[in-house]
Amino acid sequence: MGLLITQPKGAAQRLKDGVGAALIALVLGVPMLGLATADVGGALAVITRWPLLAGFVGVVFVGRLFFQWLIDIFSLRKKRREQARPAVAKSRPWLTWIGFAALGLAVMLPIAFSGNRYVIDTATTVLIYVMLGWGLNVVVGLAGLLDLGYVAFYAVGAYSYGLLSTHFGWGFWQTLPVAGLLAASFGLLLGWPTLRLRGDYLAIVTLGFGEIIRLILLNWTEFSGGPNGVNSIPRPTFFGLPFKPDSDDGATFASFFHLEYSPDHRVTFLYYLILALALLTNLFVSRLRKLPVGLAWEAVREDELACKAMGINVTNIKLSAFAIGAMLGGFAGVFFAARQGFISPESFVFSESATILAIVVLGGMGSQLGVVIAALLLVVLPELGRDFSEYRMFLFGAAMILIMVWRPGGIIAKREPTLRLGAAA
Amino acid sequence: MSMLTFAGVHAHYGAIHALRGVDIHVEEGEIVTLIGANGAGKSTLMMTLFGQPRASQGSISYQGRDITRMATHDISRQGIALVPEGRRIFPRMTVLENLQMGATFAKPEHFDGDIKRVFELFPVLEARQAQRAGTLSGGEQQMLAIGRALMGRPTLLLLDEPSLGLAPLYIKLIFRTIEALNKEGMTILLVEQNAHHALKVAHRGYVLQHGGIVLTGTGKELLASPEVRAAYLEGGAEISHA
Ligand SMILES: Nc1ncnc2c1ncn2[C@@H]1O[C@H](COP(=O)(O)OP(=O)(O)OP(=O)(O)O)[C@@H](O)[C@H]1O
Ligand SMILES: [Mg+2]
Repeated sequence: MGLLITQPKGAAQRLKDGVGAALIALVLGVPMLGLATADVGGALAVITRWPLLAGFVGVVFVGRLFFQWLIDIFSLRKKRREQARPAVAKSRPWLTWIGFAALGLAVMLPIAFSGNRYVIDTATTVLIYVMLGWGLNVVVGLAGLLDLGYVAFYAVGAYSYGLLSTHFGWGFWQTLPVAGLLAASFGLLLGWPTLRLRGDYLAIVTLGFGEIIRLILLNWTEFSGGPNGVNSIPRPTFFGLPFKPDSDDGATFASFFHLEYSPDHRVTFLYYLILALALLTNLFVSRLRKLPVGLAWEAVREDELACKAMGINVTNIKLSAFAIGAMLGGFAGVFFAARQGFISPESFVFSESATILAIVVLGGMGSQLGVVIAALLLVVLPELGRDFSEYRMFLFGAAMILIMVWRPGGIIAKREPTLRLGAAA
Repeated sequence: MSMLTFAGVHAHYGAIHALRGVDIHVEEGEIVTLIGANGAGKSTLMMTLFGQPRASQGSISYQGRDITRMATHDISRQGIALVPEGRRIFPRMTVLENLQMGATFAKPEHFDGDIKRVFELFPVLEARQAQRAGTLSGGEQQMLAIGRALMGRPTLLLLDEPSLGLAPLYIKLIFRTIEALNKEGMTILLVEQNAHHALKVAHRGYVLQHGGIVLTGTGKELLASPEVRAAYLEGGAEISHA
């Protein structure tokens, strides 16, 4: 997003900008960080945590100033070239603010809710879907290839880790790249025969592909354990330090850091792990979008023939979208297996693909922040609806319909251009 | 040796026989105009050069290389750019991104200069550079399609009805641009309904009818030819020989 702001800012302007970001952080932070519930003498009471909130707002303020400064440095060279040209479109710094505020909140969440396993677990699930949404976004949002079988790549990643770790003792970090490559090859496998298909036809074939993978996992018992799945998948370790109670066989996370063992350590670690993976995914995809290949994905979505006539190898572009989308799904799968410790074909049914696709569509095709909001809605809404028992899915469906009526193009429908020349006025 | 040669090229769309043994050649530095009635096969001829559809018979060569069976993207990378019929810009991408796409296979160091030139040619594109291309007016989209093709620095530029939908003032601008580009050394193959204008700027021209060439000559000769006048300039009868 650094390209959005190309004008060097004066000190006053910078301060104003920083204060604006801090204000947003404050508004968002009061309910989420400033107030918390605690068990006081057997009754639930609201406690305030103003120092924590103040710290958060301070971090956002300083971070924003730092970010501004970085942008100025990086845009200096560009700017000189651009000065000759008149101003164009408005930039939308508030989107950047929301993005950074969300990131700040995500980083603070386990601290704010430390000990609250349910919240951190749910947030971890949200982040898995965010990562899957960002991955599928490459295929559906950018390249315009409607893929209804995305869960297959998630399964490939999960089973890669499940089988490699239980049979060959591979570790999490060791498996990650291998599983990514494997998932990418499955992406190519799906991509090849479907190169000439578009829209509905492609959707049907990808749907079938997802089911084939699931059925193979279900029926090839000797290989995948069939309906029983894979059990006792080792959990990821903290640079070799396992999360388990102290024992005689070697250091554990708790003993190494002289902490009292708590199962929360692992939950928190898993949360930060998926946060890091999701952020890497985001950076990777944002980066690609600005490279020729990312631009070509979108151009292929718009008009294949025009692309060919300007020298674009449409086959390679489509395959790269399939492969990269699949690879990211595979990474998420590895994490999923490591987190659950148990996987079976039941986790990779069509409704998972549908959910991921819904996140991409609901978020606004191609929008990174939209995916986050949609994932949050799709995971948290059903959780909140638990009180409504049977009506839960009904409410969920109604909410989705309302969103689509309210914002037909998705929550964040406007797509960010990848390149701007003129300085924003 | 000609820059571009079609030798006995046939093309089909399923059962439709759209090109029936076309022989044309384009020399380096020329402007060649192709005129013909609706459905004569002009657009098909241009697309066959790109292998869409493939020539079912005959051969096409460019700068001494046989490109009849080459992949479409490889043909384009030989230095051929197309302003296709119906513009075919990328509607959900910005004007700037459209131009950037056109420059995919040009050297990056030319980008700044080339885009400046396109903006000089069509200042409206500069003012609209961050706008979604699909929201441009029809004429602006046509300018974008031309600008996008120029960003690839082609040696051979194919223009399929570049003046379509443009106001008279812009039609003049387009034809002036074509002549200017040609003076700088670009070879141009032009399809136009606007036969009068097109033949005036052309060194040579061909008349296409029912998928075959029925007449050829210099631009002046064709403009003066009673058959062309009757069929394409004053509107009316077909040319009555094969
Ligand atoms: N994709 C296609 N599928 C089937 N038939 C086609 C296709 N494209 C063109 N044709 C047919 O091929 C013939 C030549 O069409 P073409 O588009 O080359 O004509 P044209 O000379 O460019 O006409 P115009 O001046 O109207 O653009 C027409 O009869 C047309 O119906
Ligand atoms: Mg035509």
